[in-house]
Amino acid sequence: MTHLLETFSLTRDFGTFRAVDSVNLRVQQGTLHSLIGPNGAGKTTLFNCISAVLPPTHGRVHYEGRDITGTPLHRMTALGIGRSFQITNVFGNVSVLENVRLAVQARHARASYQFWRRADDLSEFEDRAMHALKLVGLAGRERQLAVMLPHGDKRKLELAILLAGDPKLLLLDEPTAGMATEQVPELMATIEHIRANGNRTIILVEHNMNVVMRFSNRISVLHQGRILAEGTPDEIRANDAVQKAYLGGGF
Amino acid sequence: MKIIRENAPALALIGAMVLFPFAISLLTGEPIDAGTPKFWQGMLAQVFILAVYAISYDLLMGYAGILSFGHAMFFGAGGYVVGILLKHAGWSLPAATLAVILSAAALSLLIGVTALRVQGVYLTMVTLAFAQMMFVISEATDFREWTGAEDGLQSIPVPAWLSPTHQRLTFYFVSLAFCILSYYLVRRITQSPTGRVLVAIRENELRARAIGYNTFVYKLVAMVVAGIMAALAGMMNALWNLNANPNMLATSTTINALLMTIIGGAGTLSGPLLGAAFIHLLGYGLNVAFGPRWPLLFGLVYVAIVLFLPYGFMGAWRSWLLKRRLKM
Ligand SMILES: Nc1ncnc2c1ncn2[C@@H]1O[C@H](COP(=O)(O)OP(=O)(O)OP(=O)(O)O)[C@@H](O)[C@H]1O
Ligand SMILES: [Mg+2]
Repeated sequence: MTHLLETFSLTRDFGTFRAVDSVNLRVQQGTLHSLIGPNGAGKTTLFNCISAVLPPTHGRVHYEGRDITGTPLHRMTALGIGRSFQITNVFGNVSVLENVRLAVQARHARASYQFWRRADDLSEFEDRAMHALKLVGLAGRERQLAVMLPHGDKRKLELAILLAGDPKLLLLDEPTAGMATEQVPELMATIEHIRANGNRTIILVEHNMNVVMRFSNRISVLHQGRILAEGTPDEIRANDAVQKAYLGGGF
Repeated sequence: MKIIRENAPALALIGAMVLFPFAISLLTGEPIDAGTPKFWQGMLAQVFILAVYAISYDLLMGYAGILSFGHAMFFGAGGYVVGILLKHAGWSLPAATLAVILSAAALSLLIGVTALRVQGVYLTMVTLAFAQMMFVISEATDFREWTGAEDGLQSIPVPAWLSPTHQRLTFYFVSLAFCILSYYLVRRITQSPTGRVLVAIRENELRARAIGYNTFVYKLVAMVVAGIMAALAGMMNALWNLNANPNMLATSTTINALLMTIIGGAGTLSGPLLGAAFIHLLGYGLNVAFGPRWPLLFGLVYVAIVLFLPYGFMGAWRSWLLKRRLKM
């Protein structure tokens, strides 16, 4: 059993408030691992600590068997870790294509410092960006300004930006949030396709229980900053503590 | 051929500017090196210099989204460095120009490394603090011998071939070339992969970092390029005026860059160019018509522009083009 990602007593305080409390999370290579928990449980904060958006107060993060705690945020894509954001977080006043092209270009640090070249001449970047856009179903919209996209399409764009970085581990923070219900299966199918076809690993934060139960290989339940339970969807469904704390006996 | 077609408006403008002194001379019947032709060569030379200053500010504000309130410090530094080296150290102009470039690079690295640690309003405040410090130093009586303190550094010995008084036409063409080269350089940068990253930083810095850009380095590059350009513009300004004075370092000089950029249209390079021409020529016109009250009227014009053309001249022009295309 190889763990792609492992955290050791990962903790994050905001002042005196402990948002993430000694979390030991282990994510196996090639799986879709969901992270669920009520609002304010600390899911986004845990993502922030893993993906270097926030430094943890203490604890370590290991990735591919290496300690990566304290790696600067901009090095994460080179390691193969990419994340999407709960609140849509795209480059608004540039085209959809440029949003994704920038992510492709970011993988080629040297090209990005060539200030005497024309960005438009680097057509291989555009081709790869178009490929990512097709994957998420945004082909045909590439010339539009990102801010003009409807919300659901912005979520897809978020995913395309992530894919363009070719990550091995994807942290998806509520990718379906605010999407129309009928769009959710399509997006989840895309995500599943991405995982299966690239031997990628996904950690998914999601409130939609149907989605979580259907697509997850494993689930971790976070409650008040702590991991309350971990297991397969069936185990989680059968877990008394989880039922009491979170699911409210809802299913 | 393609290059010519794609850049037709720019080439036409350059052509017009090259012909301008001769055209005025023909129209007025006055010799090219006197009277009205000479006067307007001077007006436009100042516009060219200010345009470079505005473009350098736009690279920071309009492209990278860095709101600096200390840009005048580079403009002033360029003026003082060239002035002191020509007047007190007896350097040649090329050597002094090189010194302006190197000192501006050093200064912008220093300011950048300090100010870019913080963001938003804090960055603005740090840059303002640095500029104020430079302003105070320029007025300090301790250095009167070198800087002229509050009177400024007077009578800079500009080489005879470039004298703005005696070789106005030469000065005009040097300023024009300076403007064209600077514009070209910045345009190359904004259209390059590096320039695209600057725009990404302006739009969403966290996301730019999350997809793998070390945004600090890119912002520093923008600051250094903008700093060097502003310093060269300040140098040209000092050569034109034959002096460097504390006003070049004052906050109002930074605000001037901001106004030229916003009026013309931030994030476009032709915008600040237009803005510089507009502000300089309108300022002159209002001064002729209304005397010393002109800044008041100028304030009104400015408010009207911001209210009715929030994205400046270039923004209004582009949305007009877009609307026309949609109608067709
Ligand atoms: N920057 C911050 N400063 C102070 N408190 C914070 C900060 N970020 C998060 N918190 C607090 O930490 C707790 C966990 O927040 P977090 O956003 O991680 O929850 P979440 O599980 O993602 O919730 P949701 O399902 O609503 O997205 C909340 O109580 C929140 O108020
Ligand atoms: Mg959250």
